[in-house]
Amino acid sequence: MDAFLHQVVGGLATGGIYASVALALVMIHQATHLLNFAQGEMAMFSTYIAWALINAGVPYWAAFFLTIGFAFVLGLALQHFVMRNIRSTSVLQLVIVFIGLLVIFNSVAGWIFTYTIKVFPSPFPQGPLFGQKYMSAHELGAIGVTMLVLLVLWAFFRFTSLGLAMRAAAQNPVSSRLVGIRVAWMLALGWGLAAAIGAIAGMMVAPIVYLDPNMMAGILLYAFAAALIGGIDSPGGAVVGGFLVGVLENVLGAYVVGNELKLGVALVLIVGVLLVRPSGLFGSVQVTRV
Amino acid sequence: MSAVARAADTPLSPAAASRRRLQWIGLAVVLVAACALPFLVSNYRTFQFTLVLVYAIALLGLNILTGYNGQISLGHGAFYAIGAYVAAILMDRFGVPYWATVPVAGALCLAVGFLFGLPALRLEGHYLALATFALGVTMPQLLKHKTLEQWTGGVQGIVIVKPDAPFGLKLSPDQWLYLFTLAITVVMFVIGWNLIRGRVGRALVAIRDQPIAASAMGIDTARYKSLAFGVSAMYTGVAGSLGAIAIQFVAPDSFAIGLSIALLTGIVIGGLASIPGAIFGAFFIQFIPNVADQISKAAPWAIYGIFLIGFMFLMPMGINGAIRLGWARFRHRKSAQREGG
Repeated sequence: MDAFLHQVVGGLATGGIYASVALALVMIHQATHLLNFAQGEMAMFSTYIAWALINAGVPYWAAFFLTIGFAFVLGLALQHFVMRNIRSTSVLQLVIVFIGLLVIFNSVAGWIFTYTIKVFPSPFPQGPLFGQKYMSAHELGAIGVTMLVLLVLWAFFRFTSLGLAMRAAAQNPVSSRLVGIRVAWMLALGWGLAAAIGAIAGMMVAPIVYLDPNMMAGILLYAFAAALIGGIDSPGGAVVGGFLVGVLENVLGAYVVGNELKLGVALVLIVGVLLVRPSGLFGSVQVTRV
Repeated sequence: MSAVARAADTPLSPAAASRRRLQWIGLAVVLVAACALPFLVSNYRTFQFTLVLVYAIALLGLNILTGYNGQISLGHGAFYAIGAYVAAILMDRFGVPYWATVPVAGALCLAVGFLFGLPALRLEGHYLALATFALGVTMPQLLKHKTLEQWTGGVQGIVIVKPDAPFGLKLSPDQWLYLFTLAITVVMFVIGWNLIRGRVGRALVAIRDQPIAASAMGIDTARYKSLAFGVSAMYTGVAGSLGAIAIQFVAPDSFAIGLSIALLTGIVIGGLASIPGAIFGAFFIQFIPNVADQISKAAPWAIYGIFLIGFMFLMPMGINGAIRLGWARFRHRKSAQREGG
């Protein structure tokens, strides 16, 4: 029983990471209705920037916020200079561009920072907290950060006029343009926010899995599974999905499929959700007009 | 697409007939050159050209699915891996001769691809890309799994022996394998060409461009789509088996997601929905990384990425499309000169 509890709590800890990457995926999907295959590599690249800053002697939290700023500008620039200029609406071409971005970020990170695995510091104290033995302080902290991000996002979209404008631009670009919303900039803002959330996720995950250019490949897959389970257009759902996937992955990995086949869980979850309930738990059903 | 759409029995205009003749002559020249190649270059170069042929088959397979039928696959490396492992396991554990493993690999991949194509029917666009991406990422883990280890050799992989030339032919193993692969490549391309230019090809393109109109015209969308998946996987599986025989080694990590991305890069650069494009793409993915490797370990991938995005912006029809466009402009200018002078 104790071992089982360990698996569940450990799953919740990694689930927090999946939740924040999933949140980033949902952000981009809400703004552009696209699945960003490069999300994981953007997060990884931002984490390297944080690593470089910390190595240069910048204190952790300063590096943390500088990196978020960097990621935000990176996302903004990607939308403004790359994605915006793709006139084609062909899904194939967009997917190809995403894959191109994925490959570029991965190889540039490898080129600049080499492929050797690096240790990334955690801002939280060593060892477990509050006299419990299940979760390290870092894992607890990572979950807290994810929840905080979700709260800030919710407040931003709910209570600010900028958030309202972004929602409007995503839902109905033409009408939004007519009432004076600058739709292109709203999209860019969505990309910036998603990249910033991804960067936070990257900095939270790096102390656990260590920093290397390929660290996000598996995590991205779990995050996609999480986003789909929660419903690809529901930020809250993404977080719930993230925790669910984390726990499922750990428990199934320990008791059913074995640790070597954990990625198989993500594959089955992705295909299963898409087939059985494409809108996920909390998403809205997509209706296509013929 | 106009050449595909034209019914076979329409009489050709004289200009089109002469163009057709030119194409046949060009094809014959290319084939003769391809046959002569292993006797002109070193064994190592011959080996590299064998891999070009292998990739060409795989790219043709991916192009049938993604280029012609519009179903995005980011996980075709998985089918390539299955083909490679089938060949390696049959040769290593069961003593099956190398030439007999190729059809087995093709048949198995046809079945697996068809089965994966069934759930894929319900997925469109990005979601299909995501599902196949997940397949591609997961494949190495499946191959490493311990229940399969007695056949796959786990992380270590399998080493196989390069076959010698049969019938006492005075050829080096590399030369023989090149010619063997060339023969299969020609057969696969002839089959692919016949498939694409006929009724099936038109149905695939119709489903890609106008799925609703296609089904309204009586095309069995579900059957053609899953069939396209199966045939595409079969091509890639055949390529995988040939690749394994040529490289003499299979291991899970040579079939990571990078392979799937390389294949995607190949069809984008060669030209989506074009048969010669598969060959151009194969040259690209075989030789460009070799050149780029000398700059840095990361350089080949950086170049893949830049080419992927660059081609989408500048040459969405790939090298084959650019050649066609250039040729059309050239002819146009010549005929304009003739009329002017």
